[in-house]
Amino acid sequence: MGRIVGLTGDEATAEAMRQINPDVVAAYPITPQTETVQRFSEFVAEGIVATEMVRVESEHSAMSACVGAAAAGARAMTATSANGLALMWEICYIAASYRLPVIMAVVNRALSGPINIHCDHSDSMGTRDAGWIQIYSENCQEAYDNLIQAVRIAEEEKVRLPVMVTFDGFIISHAMERVEILEDDEVSQFIGKYKNAYSLLDVDSPVTYGPLDLYDYYFEHKRQQIEAIEISPEVIQKIGREFKDLSGRYYDLMGSCHLEGAELVIVAAGSTAGTVESVVDELREKGEKVGLLKIRIFRPFPAKQIAEALRGVRAVAVLDRSVSFGAQGGPIFLEIRSALFDEIKPPAVVNYIYGLGGRDIGVDEIERVYKNLERIAHTKKVDELVGYLGLRE
Amino acid sequence: MKEKGWKDIPWGGLILEEGNAEEYKTGSWRTHRPVWDEKKCTHCLLCWVYCPDSSIIVKEEKFKQFDYDHCKGCGICSTQCPTKAIHMEEEGKFVIKTEGGK
Amino acid sequence: MSKITEIRWHGRGGQGAKTASLLLAESALEEGKYIQGFPEYGPERMGAPMQSFTRISEVPISLHSHVRTPDAVVVLDSTLLGTVDVTFGLGEKGVILVNSPETPQTIRRKLGLNKGKVFTVDATSISIEILGKNLPNTPMLGALIKVTSLLSLDTVASSIKHKFGKKFSSRIIEGNIEAIKKAYEEVKEE
Repeated sequence: MGRIVGLTGDEATAEAMRQINPDVVAAYPITPQTETVQRFSEFVAEGIVATEMVRVESEHSAMSACVGAAAAGARAMTATSANGLALMWEICYIAASYRLPVIMAVVNRALSGPINIHCDHSDSMGTRDAGWIQIYSENCQEAYDNLIQAVRIAEEEKVRLPVMVTFDGFIISHAMERVEILEDDEVSQFIGKYKNAYSLLDVDSPVTYGPLDLYDYYFEHKRQQIEAIEISPEVIQKIGREFKDLSGRYYDLMGSCHLEGAELVIVAAGSTAGTVESVVDELREKGEKVGLLKIRIFRPFPAKQIAEALRGVRAVAVLDRSVSFGAQGGPIFLEIRSALFDEIKPPAVVNYIYGLGGRDIGVDEIERVYKNLERIAHTKKVDELVGYLGLRE
Repeated sequence: MKEKGWKDIPWGGLILEEGNAEEYKTGSWRTHRPVWDEKKCTHCLLCWVYCPDSSIIVKEEKFKQFDYDHCKGCGICSTQCPTKAIHMEEEGKFVIKTEGGK
Repeated sequence: MSKITEIRWHGRGGQGAKTASLLLAESALEEGKYIQGFPEYGPERMGAPMQSFTRISEVPISLHSHVRTPDAVVVLDSTLLGTVDVTFGLGEKGVILVNSPETPQTIRRKLGLNKGKVFTVDATSISIEILGKNLPNTPMLGALIKVTSLLSLDTVASSIKHKFGKKFSSRIIEGNIEAIKKAYEEVKEE
């Protein structure tokens, strides 16, 4: 079995990449992802991995190189943050639509402007409709575990979609935590050999990638992408079970939750889910019926499972670390509220935007949210559908 | 050709056969067609070199015919022909005749 | 949450507060503890005030906020006392350790503090004497483990060898360990 080491989120990601030993990594450094690529480059320089490292001149090129490599039959990986992901945006859609299982670590950082290097989820949420599977991680361990599972999910024949694994910039990427690392051969056996059914370099059965696709077939190809991502939950769950057999750590569509007997529930993604968990533990010791629902898979959104999990709950607060300007709330809130629409007795749902640009969120703010939920459950009145946590008026 | 549904086509817009662009007839785009004058032709095959659409069919190193299924009528062959053995004529005159250049 | 020990480090960019916070975490990991060590980053600027944090626990740590209610505060540079509120959130029984040649009583007066326990150690002098330059972070770590009894001196020494063995010469590593031991012995209490 594995060994226990102290690693930052970026280091744990590089460690997972070393064990995955991808054929191609094409990446461009950007804070706070830098240490991941820097450390992985050391592995390449030292000859520890067999990876072809492509040092590109931009993130647009990084994703383009991954697309080319994956179409040629390589297992291709990259990592980025914020503006880097924004620059990849065009090619992210292409990776998904060509059904290329590119794996990408996204170290969540606020999008400019004004320029900011700290955590929020505006970058990955900005690409939520690009056709990628999105997995949110709470801590260093989850970032490591999710990246390894992502390889299998992406390459599963009936899915064949790129997968993005996210974790919070600085809060996780630069925090040293206790991480349990699997043995190298355990990882290589778990992920297996990648076999691309349609390789550009297979001269015996040549294929064309990326032909012009107009109104006669484009729509049908989009429908296929919808099918692939809708089928992915069963694959994600299957691989989660296999990963548990290997590591003892279980992953489902939702993250680990505290919902037994809960009446007031906070929904959160990323490191904040952990902070909420510590408040839940504390309040439950005092006998309060509070709970947590942690978002893990955001795309595809497990609406049915979440609606079921929230059945019987009186009030829900959804925490969003990004804004969907002009929408009726943050991206997670919109999904949750929609998921609860068909419930016979849906709970009251409110939204809190928090932590933009790395604004710290602590125990005090979370406790205040539970107090507000208590009031809402009691009065059955929502005064403010979307509120802001930790914002100066 | 009946178009297929989303369950019956390769994913991602992949094309799994080589050279099947031939099945896509572009000859209908043509407003003028090249016509060959056998007497003037020296079979230098510059038309074959210049044709952007592989629509000059050559047999045993000699000009045989145009591929009117794919020729878009650009006229490059007639411009390049050093002996004026190819001239362009309006497509309307040939509505029925579509095979070969003779 | 009371099972978690929370430490906040105050320093200036370049003084090694981040390294010390992570080194302490890594040393605690060697003793089988759950850990967190992380800096509060700005764009890094030499000399600018910065904070770094360490959490040590017998149980898994899920809290991911900054350390707001520290059990111990370490101040690597006493010139910060006038510009940064280093005692923010410090509990009644909290520990504050300052790099200064002055007595803890003098520092308490300067801080206007009426709670917690104040300790001082002249880490700058120790560092200059042994390492030949002002790198107060490792001696401060030595003083901290003395006043908090968080870890053993041996664990920290072995962590340093393990973490920096590849990067630095054995002379530098031995020097750092000597500085840690000296600060461990010389730290002053009220």
